[in-house]
Amino acid sequence: MKIPFSYILKNFTARKLTALITVGGIALVVFVFAAVLMMAYGIQKTLVATGSETNVIVTRKSSSGEITSIIDRETANIILTLPELDRDAAGKLLVTTDGVAIINLYKKDGGMSNVAVRGVSPAVFELRTNVKLKEGRMFNWGSREIVVGSAITKRFEGAAIGSKLRFAGDEWVIVGMIESGGSGFDSELWCDIVQVQQAFNRTAFSTITFKIASPDAIESLKLKFEGDPRLNQFEPEIERRYFEKQSELMATFIRVLGIFITVIFSVGAIIGAMITMYAAVANRTTEIGTLRALGFQRGSILVAFLVEALLIAVCGGFVGIVFASVLQFFSLSTLNFTSFSELEFSFALSPTIIFSSLTFAVAMGFVGGFLPSWRASRLSIIGALRAA
Amino acid sequence: MAAISVTNVTKSYQRDKTSVPVLNDVSISVQQGEFLALMGPSGSGKTTLLNLIAGIDRPTSGSILVQGIDIATLGETALAKWRAQKVGFIFQFYNLIPVLSAFENVELPLMLTSLSKKERKQQVETALSVVGLADRMTHSPNQLSGGQQQRVAIARAIATDPDIIVADEPTGDLDKLSADEIMTLLERLNSEFGKTIVMVTHDPRAAERAKVVRHLDKGDLLAEEVRS
Repeated sequence: MKIPFSYILKNFTARKLTALITVGGIALVVFVFAAVLMMAYGIQKTLVATGSETNVIVTRKSSSGEITSIIDRETANIILTLPELDRDAAGKLLVTTDGVAIINLYKKDGGMSNVAVRGVSPAVFELRTNVKLKEGRMFNWGSREIVVGSAITKRFEGAAIGSKLRFAGDEWVIVGMIESGGSGFDSELWCDIVQVQQAFNRTAFSTITFKIASPDAIESLKLKFEGDPRLNQFEPEIERRYFEKQSELMATFIRVLGIFITVIFSVGAIIGAMITMYAAVANRTTEIGTLRALGFQRGSILVAFLVEALLIAVCGGFVGIVFASVLQFFSLSTLNFTSFSELEFSFALSPTIIFSSLTFAVAMGFVGGFLPSWRASRLSIIGALRAA
Repeated sequence: MAAISVTNVTKSYQRDKTSVPVLNDVSISVQQGEFLALMGPSGSGKTTLLNLIAGIDRPTSGSILVQGIDIATLGETALAKWRAQKVGFIFQFYNLIPVLSAFENVELPLMLTSLSKKERKQQVETALSVVGLADRMTHSPNQLSGGQQQRVAIARAIATDPDIIVADEPTGDLDKLSADEIMTLLERLNSEFGKTIVMVTHDPRAAERAKVVRHLDKGDLLAEEVRS
């Protein structure tokens, strides 16, 4: 481009008000766009953080989530004898046979919502090392005691330590609060698996999670499950990958819906950019004629005006991202489609989201700026000079 | 060989379905180092002839040889390059870029050359010195008077050291004093720097400074008037 960048930059700053309004329009759309992506990524991050790379989770094939997975005791016993299961220094199996049920609790901001109750085995904290007891104490095995996830205490009525929750025909005392650094476990209630089975009249488990020595062993384990008629209705998967897949449905739904809405919004921003750039061309017709008379080619004019439109768009993009980044300090809760229970998550920003948002902004600038820039480049020199 | 040789040039514009003739079979030669003033009433075709000579418009028929090159046959890209190298433009309303400083305005045509930044700076400083505005380099056009703006425009026209300068009513927007200064400057460019100047003007006092005055009327070129 032969036309100096200072010309583009100075023209951009010379029309502060129009430029700022257009930047604002684009920033708003980018903000919504980035917020949607951050929401989807936040959910994914929360769910993915729930799983560990060195844990294997076994679920029933074709179950849509832990809640719809059933593993009978007979199968569980076979799985617990597999040589792939890792043991601790004392030779104890590192495994938890979980039972997941759904109960209803009243939310602090009104209304009722589903909450997951997870019955766990004693080795659970050795498997899920990200989960820490933050306050109170661990529940006693064999008793109707529970520990609650930090997000549950924050969002639900009567979910503080010392309170009693009534579900499955009994009262359960909250004795402690667990925190897992923003994973899905923060939105669960944990108690003894035996108590859950008794209270909900179950004999089966939902899932079996165990530690394996190496994640590479998963492929041979899968083959073993496939080849064994007693196990081929079940599927082992690395826990992190399992939750990753679980997050896909919800994240994709949010992304598709959000992007669809944002694209509709973007039409307004594109029209705004187009009006601004058409006005710029109209105001600077004589300049265009002069530049062309001096020897600047049509292409240089096209690029100069397009770069100006892109500059507006990039500024809008940055402003939108800056405002969207503030959302990281907020957390939301929503119903997880796969577990049918409340899930708290934070908006999460990533380099990919920044790149996507800026690309979206640039695309808006390009679409909005191209026609006016094309018009500027097609003006006849004589016609443009006569505008003086 | 004449610096500019216009032969049997006609030019007409299309208005709706009607063809409006502007120049009728005009032929004119401008010698190297000549200072030609084109005069005539509004609509006589003088600006059109200037635009054709400057290569910003194309004739309907005829040829325009400028230093041996038939510019009417050049493609758009080649013609733009030719203008950048060979022609300096001076407009009635100066046509400076308002957001750029005097320095940047003068530097504009040099952006089309292969000169380094340092060389461009030298050229701009020289051009602004010639027009007496070396001390106004950082000023933007709205900080300059009309006469000063036109002098910046002249500096821009000579920055690339073109052979030909075309000026369309260079004094048309100026008071008498400023107009005199501009004409003195153009005379100097012609006599001292040997530039071939083609100027369109309504102003008889400006035309008096030219070496040759040609009149146009309704698209026809009238008889030559040569001054000593």
